[in-house]
Amino acid sequence: MTAARLYAVTVLGHDRPGIIAEVTAGLADLGLNIEDTTMTLLRGHFAMMLVCSTEGADGRVAPSEIEHALTPLTAGGELDVSVRPVNDEPTPTTGGSSWVLTVHGGDRPGIVSAIVREVASAGGNITDLTTRLSGELYLLVAELDLPSSADPAAVEASIKAAATDVGVTATLRAVEADDL
Amino acid sequence: MSPHSPHGTDSERVAAWTEAELGLDGRVLEVVRAPDPVLATAGERVDPTAEEWVQLAADLVATMRVSPGCVGLAAQQVGVAAQVFCVDVSEHPKARTHHGTFVLCNAEVVEASRNDKAREGCMSVPDFTGDVKRASRLVVTGQLPGTGEQVTFETDAFEARALQHEMDHCQGFLFLDRVAGAHAVHPRQTYL
Repeated sequence: MTAARLYAVTVLGHDRPGIIAEVTAGLADLGLNIEDTTMTLLRGHFAMMLVCSTEGADGRVAPSEIEHALTPLTAGGELDVSVRPVNDEPTPTTGGSSWVLTVHGGDRPGIVSAIVREVASAGGNITDLTTRLSGELYLLVAELDLPSSADPAAVEASIKAAATDVGVTATLRAVEADDL
Repeated sequence: MSPHSPHGTDSERVAAWTEAELGLDGRVLEVVRAPDPVLATAGERVDPTAEEWVQLAADLVATMRVSPGCVGLAAQQVGVAAQVFCVDVSEHPKARTHHGTFVLCNAEVVEASRNDKAREGCMSVPDFTGDVKRASRLVVTGQLPGTGEQVTFETDAFEARALQHEMDHCQGFLFLDRVAGAHAVHPRQTYL
């Protein structure tokens, strides 16, 4: 038996009912097992990213077969589909701390860049990030891990200073997990 | 001023309060929206007996009353960075304990416990809702506008959430600053 392979599938473009049904039917027909998935609308555009495994298909699915199975989606020219093999990525354990960062204020170019530069320079790793624009209001919410070597108060101060420079406000809060 | 127990024996006083005590008519003010910087500005402490703050208290109640579905309004939301807000959750289905309509100045949390996550909206952030964890048992203290009496009382459930949301406004925070994570903000589907 061939070792299971992982494929990353992305679908982007004009939203309409039925896209997810068609993509997942195409993958299921090949015996692929969908693992992690995120799908959303970005300013009304459909955006899907998923990782699927050939585990249920004895590892015998080539990328070209997946692309072929999803061809009907791209026929109308309104959706782009890409398939590429990816390696198994072990989830790193930081041994540090988890935080939620909120940034909001008047929209202008460069807000995300100015903020995440401070996270990166502290060795922080952003694990999830969403931004939304509504009218004049720009909103960023990120989840991030800080290494145990980082001083959270200093990181927060540098993020707040960067936020002030671009005319927005930032709040950094520790993630509270209530184990039950 | 009479002393009160740690858990607040002023519930009846707060519940009996109405804006009629203020003795002046409230004006309906325009509600400001994010990203107006006043919403990110911590409010100053106020003299609850001074006429300008008594007037603001009446204005907040009047503005809340004409805003459909509005259960609370803070000074920042009408463009004033001050520690004054009004609340009235009495008609809300998620309310358990409630104290009708009241205004508090310089309010602070005395005790908070029993965290509970729920989805919040805000008149100043009309396009989003967010999942926010807040205490569902709360003891607050603050001053009533007009008389300036210090009142301390306990509440729970939706009134506790509303009080924390409004006290956040008074410190320059929005519910957006408290959301639980990157997927805890939602475009609003329905408008009140």
